[in-house]
Amino acid sequence: MEFWIIQSLNALSFAMLLFILCAGLSLIFGLMNILNLAHGSCYLIGAYAALSTIKVTGSFLSGIVAGSAAGGAVGFLLQRFLLQRIYGNRLLQVLLTFGCMFIIGDLAIIIWGADPTMLEKPDILSGAFFVGPIIFPKYRLFVIIVGLIIGVGLWIFQERTKWGAILRAGVDDEQMARAVGINVPLLFTTVFVIGTALTGLSGVLGGPFVGVYPGVDLEVLLLAVVVIIVGGLGSMKGAFFGSIIVAFLDNFGKALFPELAMFTIFAPMAIILAFKPTGLWGRIL
Amino acid sequence: MTRVRRSAAVFGGLITLGLVLPAVLPTYYLGLVTTALILAILAMSANLLLGYLGLASVGQAAFFGIASYSVAIFTRHFDVSGWSAIGVALLVTMVAGAAFGPLAIRTRDIFFLVIMLAFCQILYGVTYSWRSVTGGDDGLPGLARPDLIPGISLESPISYYFFVVGVFIMMMAVFWLLVNSPFGLTFKGIRDSEARMRVLGYNVWLYKYLAFIIAAFFGGVSGVLHAYYYGVPNPADFSLIHSSSALLMVILGGPGTLLGPMAGAFIIVFLRDIVGNFTDRWLMVLGFGYVLVVLFFPSGLLGSRKGHKSKSLFSPEKDPDESTLMPDNSHIEDEQLVKNQSQ
Repeated sequence: MEFWIIQSLNALSFAMLLFILCAGLSLIFGLMNILNLAHGSCYLIGAYAALSTIKVTGSFLSGIVAGSAAGGAVGFLLQRFLLQRIYGNRLLQVLLTFGCMFIIGDLAIIIWGADPTMLEKPDILSGAFFVGPIIFPKYRLFVIIVGLIIGVGLWIFQERTKWGAILRAGVDDEQMARAVGINVPLLFTTVFVIGTALTGLSGVLGGPFVGVYPGVDLEVLLLAVVVIIVGGLGSMKGAFFGSIIVAFLDNFGKALFPELAMFTIFAPMAIILAFKPTGLWGRIL
Repeated sequence: MTRVRRSAAVFGGLITLGLVLPAVLPTYYLGLVTTALILAILAMSANLLLGYLGLASVGQAAFFGIASYSVAIFTRHFDVSGWSAIGVALLVTMVAGAAFGPLAIRTRDIFFLVIMLAFCQILYGVTYSWRSVTGGDDGLPGLARPDLIPGISLESPISYYFFVVGVFIMMMAVFWLLVNSPFGLTFKGIRDSEARMRVLGYNVWLYKYLAFIIAAFFGGVSGVLHAYYYGVPNPADFSLIHSSSALLMVILGGPGTLLGPMAGAFIIVFLRDIVGNFTDRWLMVLGFGYVLVVLFFPSGLLGSRKGHKSKSLFSPEKDPDESTLMPDNSHIEDEQLVKNQSQ
């Protein structure tokens, strides 16, 4: 019984991490029709930036700020100077973002070396809660809480604020949005930067338990892609529940059937692609 | 006729060059050429899907790896060798293509991309974990080159080089015949407008499916050659880097052309070698290569020279009546949209 509870909590914390990671990707995809394969690189850079910052300042909070900022910066450069030039052309987007992924990945190796590391948890978040027979790390609980806060925050933003309405308008019908005077290029860049900043944040948050190493960008990217396929595009709900589904599948898959590890997440994705390609909660048809 | 004659002359020249090379090149560089030719066949596989059907596949390495592993596994566990192993491997690859095909073809654009990516990753995971059969990340070493033609050993680099050249020429011929046949020309029609082809009565799904299987076959041939060349298949054969390189070779050389993928393959293989002398950071250079190609040579090096503009590939135009999973209309330039509306 404890096994299931602990694994579920683990899965939930991973789900929240994935959600923060994917919220940006889903928005970017939904709004701008850009599949940013360098998304995982923003995670990587966020984590490494936090690593360096924490080494210098010793404060996890500064790491969080640095990681998010780094992610956002990468996103800005990517969107403003590269992606904007090849608007609408999917194949070229794929190649370009692939290229950027390789470049950033190797840059990270040059700057930070290739040894796998873990980010250090801040002291107040180290240790665990003991509830009966269940031992649960405080840090993972922290991640769950942060994820939920961001989830609720994004939902409120999207559904209840004017900016959210503008965003939704852009997602639903860009031409009309332009026609009513919304500055769409600015909106795009802003959303892109927010999305990648969130990804950078997830890199920092994930640092202590996922780790920071070359190749994490690709792993994280693949998970993110699975999430948005399962959950659907352009939808926060999709990103949220998709993350939960994928995280649970991944976690229990690894725990119960370690040899089929990759299969447990990709097979459901393939099934969903076959039967409901827009994802379970997709807004885009 | 002169265009055909010119292409024939170019091709003839290349073949002659190919036959003469072993006399002039040291073994190391001959090995590079061999690798390039093997990868050129893989690139042909990607080219068929991209240049002639408009499907960008980053996953052709899947078939490459399947064939590679099949050869090794069958030779090792079943003591089959030579033509039987090759035949079985190609068959397995085509079956994989046939099995995965229906799922892959249901998808378009990035979904297709993603599902091929997923396919590769699953295979990577399986070969990595299933140590008893695949040897995990140690691979399955010890694959000897068979005596395919009795009496002629393929052990030496030069003899294997000629073998690869022979296979390459054969595959090129098959490819050329395929894309110039009515069957192959249908592919181009599908690339340009699926809706139109459907209206004309073509069974588009079937054509795509067959193309997928044929591309799998090409990938498989490449994989078999690779398995015998290196002697050990490895989960890394399924890696994203490997697979996307095949696509890049096609883009670089020019999709939809015959010699483009080959040119792309040679460029990538030799570039990798040259860069490897200076740094381990080949990926970064490759990445810059991608970025540069996208920004400056979007129709490929050979493609742009021929003035070949493949419509639905590199321009944002999409047939308005074409059903896509992602409506592209919002990114068409205003005058284009007006033009489409008034048709």
